[in-house]
Amino acid sequence: MRRLRLFLPLAAFVLLAAVLYRGLSLDPTDLPSALIGRAVPAFELPDLDSGEPITEQDLRGQSALVNVWATWCYSCRVEHPYLLELADAGVPIFGLNYKDESAKAREWLADLGDPYTRTIADKEGALGLDLGVYGAPETYVVGANGTVLYRHVGVVDERVWRDILEPVYQAGSAR
Amino acid sequence: MARLLAAILLACYPVWVAAVIETYQFSSDELEARYHSLSQELRCPKCQNQSIADSNAPISRDLRALLHRQLEAGSNDEEILDFMVERYGEFVRYRPAVDANTAPLWLAPPLLIALGGLGLIWHLRRQGAASETLSDAERERLRQQVDKEEQ
Repeated sequence: MRRLRLFLPLAAFVLLAAVLYRGLSLDPTDLPSALIGRAVPAFELPDLDSGEPITEQDLRGQSALVNVWATWCYSCRVEHPYLLELADAGVPIFGLNYKDESAKAREWLADLGDPYTRTIADKEGALGLDLGVYGAPETYVVGANGTVLYRHVGVVDERVWRDILEPVYQAGSAR
Repeated sequence: MARLLAAILLACYPVWVAAVIETYQFSSDELEARYHSLSQELRCPKCQNQSIADSNAPISRDLRALLHRQLEAGSNDEEILDFMVERYGEFVRYRPAVDANTAPLWLAPPLLIALGGLGLIWHLRRQGAASETLSDAERERLRQQVDKEEQ
C-alpha cells in the first residue's frame, strides 16, 4: 500500500499530461452554432442581383450551403476558387453578402466568377445576427427541410469539404 | 522648478483611459449602469478572452450597438441575455447557465477546493498522529533502555 502511494505523483502527472495533450488538438475558435438542429431564422432580404426578396423558404427543397462572405473579407477571396469548383460540381450554394456594399459585391462576382445559386444582400447584418455570425467567412450546411445542420467558421477548402461538410451535406439531402 | 515639473507631469497624465472609446446617449443613468454591467458580462465570440466592452472586433461593436438599442427599447437583462444566447450559444456569457456542457466549468473549482481541503486534513492528521504519545509497548522499551543506561 505504502509502495503504491509512491506512484501517486506519477499517476497525477500522467492524468494531467493526457488532459493537456488533448488540449493541444482542440480548436477553441470552433464554436458550435446555437442553431444546430433548428430552422433557419425567418428573413426577407433582397437578392443582390435582382433586388427580388429572398426568404428562408427559398433555401428549402435541397441540401445547400449558405456561405457568409464580404468584399472586405480577405479569407473569402482565398476560398472563392474552391466555392466555384463546388458550384461546378452541382452543390447549391447560397451567398450571404454580409455587411457589404452591394455595388462592390456585384463587381467582385463579375470579376472572380459567381458560385452562388442566389446571393442574399444582408447590408445591415440582420440575418447575420440571427444566425450568430461573428465574422466572415462562415459556411452553414442547411438540410432540405430548412434546418441548420452545421456551421463551419473559416475558409472552406477541399479538405474541409471532404472531411467535414460533405458528409453532413449528403445526410442533409435525405431529410 | 518643482512646480514646473508638476505641471509637466500633470500635462502628461492620461485624462481619458478606456479600452473602447464610444459614446452612447442613455436616457437614464440606470440604463447606462446596466449597459456597462451587461457589456462586461457578454463575451466577444471573435476574440474569445475579451468581453464585448473590451473588444474592438466588428462583432463586438455590433453587439454593443444592439445592447444599447435593446436597453433603450426597455428589454430587461434576462431578455437581452436570452436573445444573445439564442444566437451565439451559452459561450457568449461569462457566467453560462448550468447544463451538461458547462457543468464541469461550474463544478471543477469547488471539487478541487474540497479535494485540496481533504488532502490537507489527511496530512495534518497523520502528522498529529506521528507526534502523539508512545504506545505501551514503546513505553516499555524506552523504560528498559533507560534502565540499561543507568546501570
